[in-house]
Amino acid sequence: MVSIDATELQLMNSYALPRQALLVRAVVGVVMFLGAAWPVHAQENYLVTYSHEMEEPGNLEIAAKNVTGAPKSGNAFVATALEFEYGAKTWWTTELYLDGQTTAGESTLFTGFRWENRVRPLLREHWINPVLYFEFEDINGADKALLEIVGHDRREDLLTRNSRNEKQREAELKLILSSNFRGWNISENMIAEKNLNADPWEFGYAIGASRSLALAASARPCRFCPENFALGVEMYGGLGDRDSFGLPGTSHYLGPVVTWNIPRGPSLRLSPNLGLNSNSNGFLFRFMISYEIDQVFSKLGRHP
Amino acid sequence: MSSRWAACALATLALTAMLFAAAGDGEWFKKVPAKDRARTNPYAADADAPAAGAKIFAEHCASCHGEDAQGKTQGKHNRPNLHADRVKQATPGELFWLLTNGSQKNGMPSWSRLPDAQRWQLITYLKSLP
Repeated sequence: MVSIDATELQLMNSYALPRQALLVRAVVGVVMFLGAAWPVHAQENYLVTYSHEMEEPGNLEIAAKNVTGAPKSGNAFVATALEFEYGAKTWWTTELYLDGQTTAGESTLFTGFRWENRVRPLLREHWINPVLYFEFEDINGADKALLEIVGHDRREDLLTRNSRNEKQREAELKLILSSNFRGWNISENMIAEKNLNADPWEFGYAIGASRSLALAASARPCRFCPENFALGVEMYGGLGDRDSFGLPGTSHYLGPVVTWNIPRGPSLRLSPNLGLNSNSNGFLFRFMISYEIDQVFSKLGRHP
Repeated sequence: MSSRWAACALATLALTAMLFAAAGDGEWFKKVPAKDRARTNPYAADADAPAAGAKIFAEHCASCHGEDAQGKTQGKHNRPNLHADRVKQATPGELFWLLTNGSQKNGMPSWSRLPDAQRWQLITYLKSLP
């Protein structure tokens, strides 16, 4: 039995309190920072497809992109890609993703990171607007974020038991084409991905269309006004690889997307996805919450 | 070998894109096509448009231009005062063109993601500023 006298208790408290106080201060600081930040609407109305909308310069969007599924003959999983998206310039957006997942009956693990950049080469608005996308990802075989489907990605990939052994250092290129017309956004993404260690180039696609529920804003402040909601649909899938380009052995998904941009608050996005063939997982549910902090470095300077 | 090829492709793509983007565009006023300049604001006489435009301004524009639209200095960037004569004298069509295309070289993003109606409501609000 270890006895602790009053002096020792006092000493322990003198160490413990500053640590608690620091933690409280840190939490209060973060809350105050987020409170002082002026959240603005997030950009896209999709969960997989990219449009030509870039992050506003100086703004930081923090988002959790989640996907959950229960593959047949496998364990249910939830995967999260925590996204930090920064508008470096009007024409350049850079993002860091931290991926993780938890699989029922297996484990919860960090599965790697991705660094992506999007560059808009044409500075004016055209009837179709190209954006060039390039990404480096360093993830392991357990990653289930499913941010895109390429090559011969299929349902069986989700059945492998969690393991960090397989390393996937990949480069990914996308050509994003997007148009805004009469309140509609129509976007098409062509994807090429290469495992830098092995495997041929793999290809995929994502397409989407979305529209705000109201084109004109109402005069009164409101959270549930139709202009705060957008409805869309997106479809994505693989297109084989360099050696076997085409649809055989590929998986495809289709689903509606509902977005709710809460004024001066976060954006919420939901999308139930249906697998379109036997290679696809029957059902995936995607959901995302994002919070955009405007002029983040100015704010950091103002609140040292 | 293939990884070196992929790295080269990535670097070339990045460099090309940045060179294109760095070329920038000029003074936006001079670049507005005549037919865009002449466009009229369908929400100019709408009684609700200034309030709706103010709401859009607060949501999307105030962070840079200030809640009172008086402009701001953010680091090395000067965000313009929207009460200025330049804005008052601009035609609705010119402002609509600017909102649609942005002035990317000067840090003004494109607002084409806002539906046309909301951009016109915003212009009605800007034109109502004292």
